[in-house]
Amino acid sequence: MSPKLINNIFFQSIFLMSLLIVVGIFIPNWLVFVITKAIAYGLVGLGIITLMRGGLVSFGQGFVFGIGGYTAGLLGTQAGLTDAILLLFISFIFTGFVGLIIAPLLARYRDIFFAMLSLAFSMVLYGILIKIDAIGGSDGFVLPESTYFGIKPSPEYADYMLYVVSIIMTGIVSIIIKYYYDSTPGLIALAVRENELRVEYLGSSAFNVAVLNFTIAAGLGGMGGALNGIALGHIDPEFTYWTTSGEFVFISILAGYLSVPAVFLAALLLELVRSFSGRYFPDTWQLILGVFLILSIIFIPSGIGSFFKKFFDKFKNK
Amino acid sequence: MSKNNDLLRAEGINKSFGAVTAAKDINVGIKKGERVSLIGSNGAGKTTFMNMVTGYLKPDTGNIFFKNENITSLNPRVITQKGISRSFQIPQIFEPMSTWENLLVALGTSQKNHSYFKNARSKENSDYIDEMLSRFSLNEFAHRQVSELPGGVRKLLDIAMALVRKPDILLLDEPTSGVGAEEKYPLMDTIAKALSVEDLTVIFVEHDMDIVQNYSERVVAFYQGEIIADDNCDKVLKDKNVQEYVTGKTQVKAK
Repeated sequence: MSPKLINNIFFQSIFLMSLLIVVGIFIPNWLVFVITKAIAYGLVGLGIITLMRGGLVSFGQGFVFGIGGYTAGLLGTQAGLTDAILLLFISFIFTGFVGLIIAPLLARYRDIFFAMLSLAFSMVLYGILIKIDAIGGSDGFVLPESTYFGIKPSPEYADYMLYVVSIIMTGIVSIIIKYYYDSTPGLIALAVRENELRVEYLGSSAFNVAVLNFTIAAGLGGMGGALNGIALGHIDPEFTYWTTSGEFVFISILAGYLSVPAVFLAALLLELVRSFSGRYFPDTWQLILGVFLILSIIFIPSGIGSFFKKFFDKFKNK
Repeated sequence: MSKNNDLLRAEGINKSFGAVTAAKDINVGIKKGERVSLIGSNGAGKTTFMNMVTGYLKPDTGNIFFKNENITSLNPRVITQKGISRSFQIPQIFEPMSTWENLLVALGTSQKNHSYFKNARSKENSDYIDEMLSRFSLNEFAHRQVSELPGGVRKLLDIAMALVRKPDILLLDEPTSGVGAEEKYPLMDTIAKALSVEDLTVIFVEHDMDIVQNYSERVVAFYQGEIIADDNCDKVLKDKNVQEYVTGKTQVKAK
């Protein structure tokens, strides 16, 4: 296979998407569900690595994850909108818009202050959601079954349909994000991460980079929240809780900021560790997760993405 | 507002840091195409002046005009966009990136209407960066990570990055500091050659008087925040006050 073809982002994405869609036919339903959840979490992680490329980490992506989930849920229950593709798209746009509104405030802060302020937003939202009985309070509410272009799939294919839709939509989003990373603004974001002052002295705005990246991260987080809500068929305030936000940070650290596919692989690893340790060590699965994170940081500090980068760089240099 | 043919003009600039006076009634005009050195002992106010011109510091009183526009209250980004670029005493470069990528970032920041879907490594950008690498004799370091580069090369890259935007004025903060004595002249030759391509006004802070004599037409001497001499090289370096307070032995100003 020619290196040029392997380096082609469309080829990579279409190949991977096709492979996953075909594999989905043969794997058990529980694994289809786990991968769909991993994609939902991976989308939020993709948002965080977008922020990381600009030198910021959000500890509160549960905020946008929750808004996305509740947007999809409320559109389903209150407006009767059940088309999964539309729900994912609307959640992406709406949460991105919310992100754009709060981004100018967040973008004034850096490092731990940015992280904690984002966490504060998620905790405020959590506090509000558990108090609103009209939307289920702390119990949340059930989402109606999803449809696809007006067709409701039979129950045995429902998970697979959502899996296919999530792969296609995530594939499209990932291609767009990859293009952004490789563009001039994407490169400037990486420079902001290293030396914000110099970027300003070169005539670009580090503030604008932070606003843009947070808005993108919010949209992705909202889409992830909507997908997670649709996959579970249920939404509750836990979506916005700080431990949920912590899992997204876990995924981002495990993935590193060098590769888009790595974030989905990291999310899948998290889901698998959670599923297996939850099953075999129900009371201590956080312990397993913690050990897993410690080992990841010690042995792959740049994240799984560094392996991906090395692999593709090897082909590029051939 | 000041209206004259100075490209850059500081009028009545004062700046203090607590009890320390860093700028005292600075009045100076720089014309298009001039090569000006700022000299003075440490703490004389050279870098403070440079920081005020580039917007990093705001004067307590006074105004700075660029092309007859008051830029005193503008931030570094806007001042850079207007046409004043600078390099730093300690090169401010993006350490994990290569020389080529650093220049690509500099080029990217200078371009308007960025496309979010066009690869930054386009042929057009690559050609321009290759040209800059040649002008600054950086070709052999193009794909090396900048954290591995020697001091002189880092200085050149820092200056090249500032020049990518094609500014009207380039301010160089001690371009030869931290560079070995034998490297200074080759480094300054490379810088002078690279800058000669542009119709550029260059203001540089320098401590080495041989460098000052060889590479500037005009010298502005600072002492305790004041300009004590401002003329051509020969006159300034022979000035009694300059010899006493800048290049000579006496460090305490006579009352």
